Amino acid sequence: MSEGTRLENANPVIFQRSGDRVQTASEEDEDVHDPIDDREIFDLIRSINDPEHPLSLEELNVVEQVRVKVNDAESTVGIEFTPTIPHCSMATLIGLSIKVKLLRSLPDRFKIDVCITPGTHASEEAVNKQLADKERVAAALENASLLEVVNQCLSTRSI
Amino acid sequence: MAADSTLALSLVEEFVSGLQDSKAKDAAKGVKDGKFTVLQLVEALGSSLTSSQPHTRARGVLLLSEVLQECYRDLTEREVEVLIAFYENRLKDHYVVTPPVLKGLKELTKCTNLPPGSAVSMLRSVFQDIHVQSLMLSERACVYSMLINIMETREAELKGLGADFVFGFVQSMDGERDPRNLLLAFQIAKNLIHRGYELGKFTEELFEVTSCYFPIDFSPPPNDPHGITREELVQALRAVLTGTPNFAEFLLPLLIEKLDSDVQSAKLDSLQTLAACVSQYEHKHVAEFLQGLWTAVRREVFQTSSERIESAGLAALTALTSCLSRSVLSSDSEDSLSTFLDFILTDCKHHLCEPDLKLVWPSAKLLQAACSASTSASHIITAAVMPSLLEQYNNRAQCSHRRTLLEVVQRFIHSVKNCQSSDNDESVFLAFRESLCGVVFSALSENNSSLQITATSVLTSLAQQAGLLLESDIELALDHLTRLLLIEEDDRVSLAVAECAGALAQLHPALVISKLIPRLKNEMYTDQGEASELHSHHAVRQRCLSALAAVSIQPSVVQESTPVLLEVLRSAHTGNLAKKIFSVDEVVLTCRSLQRIAEQVQDTEEAGRCFHNIIIPHLLSLALQAALQGEKGSVKGLTSFILRHQNSFNLNLLSITYELTDFHPLSPEATTASRAVSLFLDGDVSFLPDNSFPSHMQLLKGDSWSLSRLVCLLMGSVCSLPRSVEVPQIDKLLSALEEMSCTCSHPLSYTSAAKCFAGLVNKKPQGQFVSYSLDSCACPQVSKALLLRYHPLFTTLTDKLFSLLDDAGLGPMAAADGFSLLMSDSTDVLNRACHADVRIMYRQRFFSENKAKLVQGFNAAPQEKKPNYLKALSNIVNKLPKQVQVTELPALLSLLLEALSGPDQDIHLTTLSCLEPVLVNPPQVLIHSLNDDSVFSFTLQSVRIASLSCISALSYFPVLPFRARVLRALAKPLDDKKRLVRREAVQARAQWFLLGSPGGR
Repeated sequence: MSEGTRLENANPVIFQRSGDRVQTASEEDEDVHDPIDDREIFDLIRSINDPEHPLSLEELNVVEQVRVKVNDAESTVGIEFTPTIPHCSMATLIGLSIKVKLLRSLPDRFKIDVCITPGTHASEEAVNKQLADKERVAAALENASLLEVVNQCLSTRSI
Repeated sequence: MAADSTLALSLVEEFVSGLQDSKAKDAAKGVKDGKFTVLQLVEALGSSLTSSQPHTRARGVLLLSEVLQECYRDLTEREVEVLIAFYENRLKDHYVVTPPVLKGLKELTKCTNLPPGSAVSMLRSVFQDIHVQSLMLSERACVYSMLINIMETREAELKGLGADFVFGFVQSMDGERDPRNLLLAFQIAKNLIHRGYELGKFTEELFEVTSCYFPIDFSPPPNDPHGITREELVQALRAVLTGTPNFAEFLLPLLIEKLDSDVQSAKLDSLQTLAACVSQYEHKHVAEFLQGLWTAVRREVFQTSSERIESAGLAALTALTSCLSRSVLSSDSEDSLSTFLDFILTDCKHHLCEPDLKLVWPSAKLLQAACSASTSASHIITAAVMPSLLEQYNNRAQCSHRRTLLEVVQRFIHSVKNCQSSDNDESVFLAFRESLCGVVFSALSENNSSLQITATSVLTSLAQQAGLLLESDIELALDHLTRLLLIEEDDRVSLAVAECAGALAQLHPALVISKLIPRLKNEMYTDQGEASELHSHHAVRQRCLSALAAVSIQPSVVQESTPVLLEVLRSAHTGNLAKKIFSVDEVVLTCRSLQRIAEQVQDTEEAGRCFHNIIIPHLLSLALQAALQGEKGSVKGLTSFILRHQNSFNLNLLSITYELTDFHPLSPEATTASRAVSLFLDGDVSFLPDNSFPSHMQLLKGDSWSLSRLVCLLMGSVCSLPRSVEVPQIDKLLSALEEMSCTCSHPLSYTSAAKCFAGLVNKKPQGQFVSYSLDSCACPQVSKALLLRYHPLFTTLTDKLFSLLDDAGLGPMAAADGFSLLMSDSTDVLNRACHADVRIMYRQRFFSENKAKLVQGFNAAPQEKKPNYLKALSNIVNKLPKQVQVTELPALLSLLLEALSGPDQDIHLTTLSCLEPVLVNPPQVLIHSLNDDSVFSFTLQSVRIASLSCISALSYFPVLPFRARVLRALAKPLDDKKRLVRREAVQARAQWFLLGSPGGR
């Protein structure tokens, strides 16, 4: 990596990963219906890789469980994510990765809303608008090089 | 003679003008058989060699070269001299003549009797007259082989050539592109360097001509017949570049430059080359590049994206530091090491003060890598780092910060341990002993479990530093550990504490005996009056028991700890309800602790004797007493508990005896076995302690199940013996067991008897067989015993098993249990740990002999019996090794798929689990049947999960055309009502999305 491509934030604060979800007896029970809850959605997105660091979004505190809101009955998911620095140029890419991960992992019935935690990014509105625009998200995924970066963020790393 | 020269002439004629290549062989044969000499052949070649046509001359030389290839061994020195002069002269000829000339020269270099000076003159003319790089591939290879041959035999002469030789070589390899030739050229360069040829003023030229290939970027073409790998080239080139300190001034800047590259493999190669080269260098070679090297390595570790690069960087740093440390001893250059460490400290130390930021770990790793290089480096670094780390620890209030700091400290202690193994200097940490102990003890008294866990591992590392901790420190540490054991509820903490206590007990057994064990013992026997406290006291006891097991590694500790455990068992057995209460769980845990001790105790005679003479007789006697009391009906209090849970009790005892058989092969356990046999057959109780048993008990014949199931104790004692030890009264024993397995009605008793029988049969010497009449219960066990040793009687037994498949009552049971028992590894008796006779590949053998029978039986069976066969098949295939499954599966696929469409969910599970790993080349039919939406409608969630993981596994194969369909089908289970199924579906769908997508797979 040469001088020109220095990381924007070389020494971010690291947060601890939460453990695996504890399996409960009701999950083993065939007859009980397990609703899709906040933790389940959080488990889907917490292991997404950061585009710059060999760390997950959870470790960088970009996503938190308290900022995940799901309503199984009404089929809506709302997620707020927090870029590590207010000028982070990767914010759109991170948002796109979260959105794509959820599109792939949730049933069609869900309406997925991904946006930046209010007040944590310089161009918050622009990014939110891009992420909310279905056409633009679809167009972005037609772009092979963009799709490649997103796929790299979404592929499971062995930790 | 005249006839011979005509023969030579005619051969020449046919080869040169007739273009018959085979004549070269004939000519060589002629020379070998002595029909004509090489020089006569040259004379015969006369006219063709002087022909005006260059192609004719080339053909003539080719004949001579090919003859030389066959007979270079038989040439006289005189002949060699003449031939060399001839070939040297030919080098000046037309270019079409050059290839055969080089070939001939190469053959001549293989001669052992080269005249002195001829090698040199040959090389001179080659370097002078031809331009190697304008030759074809094979001729260039010829020149390199020539050089290699001469370097092997004429080293002294070549060294006399001085740097000219190096120059000639540099010129001839300059611009080489073929990997095959490069391997040869690198070998020559390596020889030049390692055998001490004078490089002189051509050092830089030699470096340039080889280093231009660094880093190697080569990917072999598909179907490459030569099999040259990138790794081979990398290693060959690295051997050249790192071979001599003379290259240092050129190599180090090159490495610094390549480390800046964006290509991962280049970075990795550079770091590995750096680590390799500095092992040859001294401080003066690296001095001026230290800053640059440090910056490059630091950047790689700080901003790494791959673990391989990070670890290569750390290894390079360690190598560099130890290179600098080596020279400290010999010269005035204390400076270069401390300058370098100063770089590291200034860049890294301040990051250690920010325990919540990302760079704290890379910095710590860099410092530790340097620290582990040498004692002097570790002195400098710990002196600089430890005080601030310890101070930080005391100033920080947040537990997570403190834990990070403590973990860093632990790694430091660990890294120093690595380099200290040989010299017995006093420990680097001696100066910090007091404050380190203070920090550890304060962390142990903290109320945060992860902090406590980290503190125990620091304590372990400290204790392993020879001569660091004082006796009083260990005592204090043991006090802390005991306190934690007694009060701390968290399982992870008590596990870590027990582990740490185990490590301390390894090093300081005496202290553990005097401090720890009495307190634990005391704690276990104190009464807890209040019922409310009973539960917590129960947990305390459990932790004490596991701790006792953990510390018992040294025989001296075992002798102190096992009596405590035996005492627990005894009082659990005799004690009445009013007084001490040991719950069933505690008794089971005690047995398990004994078992663990048997597994881990150091293999000494002392420990073996302790087990065989004290522990096993005690346990046997306790089991017997419990059984007897059960029979008399005088069951009261805990006795009933023990009886109810005797299964686990007995099984534990069993594994203890297994573990022990690895001790001293003959004496003690043979006595244990014969004692057990006489106890069971004759009711001989004389060896048991507390001898209050009625004499002449009939342990194998009684109707009482509480006594009869003691047979599994017998199994433990006799079945674990090595084959060389003879079991006394074996025939009597076998018939008693056989009768018991047929007549007894208690499941545990008759299976144990059958197992014991099978174990003995398996070890019986060949030829001592009587055919036993076997009933259906013992059948699977005994067939397994015979299958394992490839016994001929086995086939009759399998036939019986197959016939059972058609039996309405026994069919399902025999199919499910019998065949999986036959194919699986046995955990108790019939395995190698118990010295059973287990031949290799018995599963394959069974499968190949019986698969036809199975398929036939399936086809012939009436509809309602077919599931039995499918179940048997599924059980068999599931246990086969993967390689066999892969080859056999296609033939059986239709049967297995039929099993999938049947109603039995258990069969689905076994079938799917054996399908998943063997999906190598999935036929269409499989994908269709898996893709079927009905797969997701199974009622059992475990089956839904298994089928989804099958689909996930399928994505690794060429199945791109199915992608869209599979993705559509997988959308449905995303909304499954069970969370675990959804999780599997998400994984499968993510895999399929990545398939064929950019950045995916």
